[in-house]
Amino acid sequence: MTTAERTRERRLTTARAMVEGIAQEMRRNEEVFVMGEDVGAYGGIFGTTTGLLDEFGPERVMDTPISETGFIGAGIGAAIEGMRPIVELMFVDFFGVCMDQIYNHMAKIHYESGGNVRVPMVLMTSVGGGYSDGAQHSQCLWATFAHLPGMKIVVPSNPRDAKGLMISAIRDDNPVVYMTHKGIMGLAWMAKNARSVGPVPEEEYEVPIGKASVAREGTDATVVTLSLSVHHALDVAERLSGEGIELEVLDLRSLVPLDREAILESVGKTGRVLVVDEDYRSFGLSGEIAATIVEEDPAMLKAPLARVAVPDVPIPYARPLERAVLPTPERIEEAARGLVGA
Amino acid sequence: MDASTRLSLYRTMVRIRAFEEAIRREYYVGKQPVFDIGAGPVPGEMHLSAGQEPVAAGLCAHLGPDDALTGPHRPHHIALAHGVDMKRMTAEIFGRESGLCHGKGGHMHLFAPEVHFGCSGIIAEGMPTACGQALAFKKRGTDQVAAAVVGEGAVNQGGFHESLNLAALWKLPVIFVVEDNDWGISVPRSASTSNFSATDRGRAYGIPGERVEDNSVEGVYEACGRAVQRARRGEGPSLVEVHTLRLWGHFEGDAQGYRQSELEDVPGRDPIPTYRRTLIEEGVLDEEEAQRIRAEAEEEVEAAIRFAKESPEPAPDEALEHVFA
Repeated sequence: MTTAERTRERRLTTARAMVEGIAQEMRRNEEVFVMGEDVGAYGGIFGTTTGLLDEFGPERVMDTPISETGFIGAGIGAAIEGMRPIVELMFVDFFGVCMDQIYNHMAKIHYESGGNVRVPMVLMTSVGGGYSDGAQHSQCLWATFAHLPGMKIVVPSNPRDAKGLMISAIRDDNPVVYMTHKGIMGLAWMAKNARSVGPVPEEEYEVPIGKASVAREGTDATVVTLSLSVHHALDVAERLSGEGIELEVLDLRSLVPLDREAILESVGKTGRVLVVDEDYRSFGLSGEIAATIVEEDPAMLKAPLARVAVPDVPIPYARPLERAVLPTPERIEEAARGLVGA
Repeated sequence: MDASTRLSLYRTMVRIRAFEEAIRREYYVGKQPVFDIGAGPVPGEMHLSAGQEPVAAGLCAHLGPDDALTGPHRPHHIALAHGVDMKRMTAEIFGRESGLCHGKGGHMHLFAPEVHFGCSGIIAEGMPTACGQALAFKKRGTDQVAAAVVGEGAVNQGGFHESLNLAALWKLPVIFVVEDNDWGISVPRSASTSNFSATDRGRAYGIPGERVEDNSVEGVYEACGRAVQRARRGEGPSLVEVHTLRLWGHFEGDAQGYRQSELEDVPGRDPIPTYRRTLIEEGVLDEEEAQRIRAEAEEEVEAAIRFAKESPEPAPDEALEHVFA
């Protein structure tokens, strides 16, 4: 086996892949540092900073008080001075307490300054439900941030992309909100998703922000989705393939910029589209995808667009209630069958 | 205090006042007889700082262009005192292409990275950013400091408390300056703030503080000097609170009906004529020199206004630029 082959075959969890990307950038650039709640000795509640404290010490891996306006604002200030902070706020559900710093400052300073001030920071957080954590710990909310101009929004679905997108995010001169679903991280204390562990190259590499990937090629319908729902969609696609239905699965990987070309290209090929979104249904990603297609050419669609999303209710606690609102494989399969008339 | 420092403080205050008077004059052009906030050459809200010049002059005398300064929504005095280019700042207020931010910021959102200046229209929210700038300076081991100026209304905001805690915890080279002008728009301090003393609040976080009660530029200069030196020596944050004066309304067009009785007292408390009298009495300044200082300031301000008016407005297409770097 050659070195290159070994590299290709090395498998990491998504969390380990993210940490590796951060560590490589920290070695490469003294101006990169990490701060947030429990990022030090704990290593990040979702494993996103495990081991960094040992290598880089408390000056570069800083535990913060539970004081989100304070430390996210401090990240902005350091970024204004040209440093490259990676700031973690563990749950996206908590962003409300510091929203002003995020959407009035981090996202707007470059524009307000007429392009004279840059804010090169990464704001890292976890999203999503499926483990009964209730309404304040299970949201995705990516459309909320994608709706507000001035931040890039990255949402990887697998270990290889997670590392490459992290490196791209750190090197980006813009604020990047980097959102990982807890269900893709490969955490020891959560039900394992088979795709939360995968091959990750050892070297530094970038995955460009704003480019979707075709996770599976197909001819009968396109599933446009991201994050954990990519895995569910792939599982469904494999099942349906046995019945002669071939789904194409498009992994968006980032909401801002949104790879509209990739969406149009795939829908142009299949003529049918299902949007799967773990965020709220109304005024969000699925509506944006629909608008993108209709503005280009409504005649591309051989059937009405279908969507599976959270039906505009807070995420409930009890298992049957939560499963009823999340985009489970069962809901995706039913929608896909309906779409192709099977 | 030596004569040249005193004259320099006076000159800074006069320069700011001349600027604000000219902006006020231009602001009302096109807005009368029926006040229309969006009309005229200077549209939008306008918060002027007349009466608060001692804070700007006294603080900024200790800061260089490498030191960071963040201001609140009433930013002109501290921007000018910190060395933000007056012409480009005026052009920004007029919404011109040649402005600091090419017309994208406006009077509450002035950014001048060459002197590390920024400001925000949101109460207290410049404080966390200043902490981050101070953190960057500390990490790099420079002797630069960051200062954040806020109004007394900001002391009830979460951003104030989080920043004080963070700055004290991390021993950041940052100076918090509270401009206590008694009024949060129309609500007096007595109706908004349980503990009047921001200095006390600072002390609760382990941050030393001083309150300058008389709005005197020399008092501010001395208090801020101690705070800045402390920060440069690596001894951490300080808080300076100045009982200052909002000579005009919260914004232009504010009739201030809520403070009718106090308005009569205001002219007598104006810090600039007060300081001028002191300097003349003590032989540091004479009438002729005072007039010359005022004339020079007016000349500079009029040139800035001319520059702004003669500059083109940005092309509409530019609205789509600069969302991302």
